[in-house]
Amino acid sequence: MLSKRIISCLDVKDGRTVKGTCFVNLREAGDPVELGKTYSEQGVDELVFLDITASHEGRKTFTDMVSRVAEALSIPFTVGGGVQGPDDVARLLDAGADKVSINSSALWKPELIDAIATRFGSQVCVVAIDAHQVSPGQWVCYANGGRVPTERELFTWAYEAQERGAGEILFTSMDHDGSRSGFANAALASLNERLRIPLIASGGAGCMQDFADAFNLGKADAALAAGVFHFGDIAIPQLKSFLKQQNIPVRL
Amino acid sequence: MSIAVINYNAGNTRSVLNALKRAGEQPVLTADPSVISSASGVILPGQGEASNVMQSLRDCKLVETILNLRQPVLGICIGLQLFCEYSEEGDTICMGMFPGTRVRHFHALSTLPSLKVPHMGWNSLHGLRSPLFQGMSEGTYVYFVHSFCAPPTQDTCATCEYGGVPFAAAMQRGNFYATQFHPEKSGCAGEQIIRNFISLCHD
Repeated sequence: MLSKRIISCLDVKDGRTVKGTCFVNLREAGDPVELGKTYSEQGVDELVFLDITASHEGRKTFTDMVSRVAEALSIPFTVGGGVQGPDDVARLLDAGADKVSINSSALWKPELIDAIATRFGSQVCVVAIDAHQVSPGQWVCYANGGRVPTERELFTWAYEAQERGAGEILFTSMDHDGSRSGFANAALASLNERLRIPLIASGGAGCMQDFADAFNLGKADAALAAGVFHFGDIAIPQLKSFLKQQNIPVRL
Repeated sequence: MSIAVINYNAGNTRSVLNALKRAGEQPVLTADPSVISSASGVILPGQGEASNVMQSLRDCKLVETILNLRQPVLGICIGLQLFCEYSEEGDTICMGMFPGTRVRHFHALSTLPSLKVPHMGWNSLHGLRSPLFQGMSEGTYVYFVHSFCAPPTQDTCATCEYGGVPFAAAMQRGNFYATQFHPEKSGCAGEQIIRNFISLCHD
């Protein structure tokens, strides 16, 4: 049976992970490669590396990091941050990334999704959406890391992204992100009803039950978190056993 | 002799090369028929649309070379589909190492209209019967990304199920091995399969 995926997300600046980490035994806690390997050994199903460096120089460092991650890791990983066009995608895929996520650039230039899907295949193209709820059931998409509101509405934008060739939707609820109060399950379930591509839940993970809820109530195919994993609040092996006990299919 | 990874502009060769290197091999990436023919083992990775990928192989004049190989050959993902007789994707006549097997789209086989395709993620293997799975247990999870699949036949050596559709997760006939999943992306299980294939090549 197809398992539900647990994804850990790492923010990378100048080739180093920026958030804190609980892995005290790591020789180099800030090294994305070491951290990625540790997560992989613990049984995470997928990793996301987000480049939060803005500079051109930083982008080169990030590409080098992607190559090193690809040499070391034997599980799939997605990279994102600052992807402006198909050439950026080619550069990251050549370095060894399995998928590339796009966010603001797709909002400003939706045909970028078509271009990536046509040239590299839909399975490569993850469309990340940051949205904020303005009234019950009404969500507005934000660009530039949640700083700039757009005129796009979550459900229509997610559907358009799918029709243009997105392979997955990564939905982050800005209202839940960092709250540790659970994922935006109602919005996730509505998205799932409208989509025929995998849906990744992001934002709000606080405890293990939150993940079970994202799968059972939100109908998500995968759940992504950062802080609760990095700070050691939730350990991947325990989370997987917990989900299995609730009859949620997971890879053990 | 080293293992040759076929380079024909249609595959994620980087991941396969990395996986072989992690297992201690020094693979060669090549489209040279003589290098491929004399390698101790050959891997055909692949990504993309079947008729295009098949055309790339023809353009590189590699179809005959591959068909004539006597050493262990491993096809990955689209590689498995190209070893079948025919694929509905692009109405493609394939190489036919697995005769009678016709590759079909999940939506053509599943009764679930809302089935999400591609089948993407970790799914479990059953009915393992091949040296490729030496030391592995039933229900092992491996990583899949595909929209088309081969229904189980006599050449199937591992099955999987998605959307109520049983399909060939791996196939073998003689020296031709193939996996629909990506061993190079399947964590520890994948590493075991790669090591098993390497052992077959160095037998």
